[in-house]
Amino acid sequence: MGKTLAEKIWDEHVVRSHEGEPDLLYIDLHLIHEVTSPQAFDGLRLAGRTVRRPDLTLATEDHNIPTTDLDKPIADLVSRTQVETLRRNCEEFGVRLHPMGDIDQGIVHVVGPQLGLTQPGMTIVCGDSHTSTHGAFGSIAFGIGTSEVEHVLATQSLSQAKPKMMAVEVVGELPAGSTAKDLILALITQETTGGGQGYIVEYRGEAIRKLSMEARMTICNMSIEWGAKAGLIAPDQTTYDYLEGRPNAPTGADWDAAVAYWDSLVTDDDAEFDKTITIDASTITPFVTWGTNPGQGVPLSGNVPDPASFEDDNERIAAENALRYMGLEAGTPMKDIKVDTVFIGSCTNGRIEDLRVAANLIEGHKVAPDTRILVVPGSVRVRLQAEQEGLDVIFKDAGAEWRGAGCSMCLGMNPDQLTPGERSASTSNRNFEGRQGKGGRTHLVSPDVAVATGILGHLAGPADLAELAKAGN
Amino acid sequence: MEKFSTHTGVGAPLRRSNVDTDQIIPAVWLKKVTRDGFEEGLFSAWRSDPSFVLNQDAYKNATVLVAGPDFGTGSSREHAVWALQNYGFKVVISPRFGDIFRGNSGKAGLLAAQVDDKVVQRLWDYLDTNPGATITVDLESRTVKAGDGVDAIEDSFTIDDYTRWRLLEGLDDVGITLSHEDDIVTYEKSRPSFKPATL
Repeated sequence: MGKTLAEKIWDEHVVRSHEGEPDLLYIDLHLIHEVTSPQAFDGLRLAGRTVRRPDLTLATEDHNIPTTDLDKPIADLVSRTQVETLRRNCEEFGVRLHPMGDIDQGIVHVVGPQLGLTQPGMTIVCGDSHTSTHGAFGSIAFGIGTSEVEHVLATQSLSQAKPKMMAVEVVGELPAGSTAKDLILALITQETTGGGQGYIVEYRGEAIRKLSMEARMTICNMSIEWGAKAGLIAPDQTTYDYLEGRPNAPTGADWDAAVAYWDSLVTDDDAEFDKTITIDASTITPFVTWGTNPGQGVPLSGNVPDPASFEDDNERIAAENALRYMGLEAGTPMKDIKVDTVFIGSCTNGRIEDLRVAANLIEGHKVAPDTRILVVPGSVRVRLQAEQEGLDVIFKDAGAEWRGAGCSMCLGMNPDQLTPGERSASTSNRNFEGRQGKGGRTHLVSPDVAVATGILGHLAGPADLAELAKAGN
Repeated sequence: MEKFSTHTGVGAPLRRSNVDTDQIIPAVWLKKVTRDGFEEGLFSAWRSDPSFVLNQDAYKNATVLVAGPDFGTGSSREHAVWALQNYGFKVVISPRFGDIFRGNSGKAGLLAAQVDDKVVQRLWDYLDTNPGATITVDLESRTVKAGDGVDAIEDSFTIDDYTRWRLLEGLDDVGITLSHEDDIVTYEKSRPSFKPATL
């Protein structure tokens, strides 16, 4: 019997396999940031251990980084200590670091692909659940905890039980105005936050093949939001075109050898998945969340659901809690929900393509009077590229704020936070209670919906903007 | 890591599903660079509500948390496990755990015991009618027990064999792997030259 793509990569990385034990997997790339690594480095020091392969390790600063006043030291002393701890640890253990102010600084999941370090057929881990992003290149990539970070630092390997294999067949084609973000949000609602639990998921089908690398990253990024161990997409010419010429991509004979290997990274025709689910891309319309987990979503054209409509007790109670927290009434049209802040950025939607889409839509419009739009590039290089293309000017002309690179408002660890009761439309990945700041209310959206929302002041899609233009406003 | 064999302690019913790790410990607490002192941040948004379970006298010294399905979803932060441990919890019981949270628990020595939905429901009802009652969790026999007589609850829980063995023995994971260092060296010799390096 043939193998799935993920099984091939898994089997090629098994260092040791023993009955009754998880496999010991070799790790090709270990990404590090300031939040989940300090206790791991401490563990190494306590045990007198070293970093086994600093040459397969890369660190960047992202979670705590402010996106304004970049020329000043971090004002929050606790944040500053955490960042300085990373700097000291990288220095002591010989790990390459891209700190604040460095041209290659940025969100760890934007930086890896941008440098060409993320390649097909690799195993990639990071103390960060959105490591699943790198699966877009046809690699097995997943988030780990700090004890595992320490384990990888010390041994360049990880003990892992082999997950089950799932295929997500995406049939049909995404209609104009619908994006990869809408597709993954709809899928998470269909499957719920636990639906992918225990599986490595391969996203397949014509609609996936037609997606750009950056759109594929958006899909794989949110694999963790429906509980999957990892999500991946088979590499193809789109992948190779993206990689070729990047600083850490192979060159010359190594490139040819790599491509020959990458070409083998497909699921065999006779391979069997433990589970297959199908989603029809042609039915996808702009999709937004109404609740406090990413599985509580609805088409933008729909209404806030009535908790009584959920048969499952736990889901019903969760919906009641969510509506209370979100300050929403069942039955309210989603488009009637007024939004205070729009956040465009994060490892889900903070890459250059996302900013191009957003700039293109916002051009010629003004941000609504009681709304603000924050545009935060995922990395310094994304920011510079955008500025070279004049996107920053378009955003600023429309009244949006153009910021420095970092995780920003995706999570409440840096100065970019919602205040209690403040409502956001966010291109990030989590709408958990307090995720964007204590008491903050988050609606997850695509960059297209984010822009339309920012201009109209309530949840809206690109089609509503077109209506506005037709009406002559 | 301390060995874990059996534990009896006050059970706290957390009647919620989808408790993500942002709820267990909000991001603002993650700036610390040590493994201790996270107890204050545990469920911090909910702790300001006087009716929250951990604010009830009966559950103040709880060590066994009984939660709804999909406990520990979301962020990879091991700080969630440390926060529960720093507060005093030894065991979390749930019908389904977030994958990374379950892994982190096993590494840090918190027992994540997966039980059937119905068992959680029965434990919740039992703890509500008997506030401050204890639950016994036996890792050796993989059972949870609460109550006496005809209404006694006794059921099995699921945990993978390897994690169970490591918890029972209190073993350090890195130490186990380094005992197989020869295998790592051999593997490294076979890695193709086109694989990227950061240095």
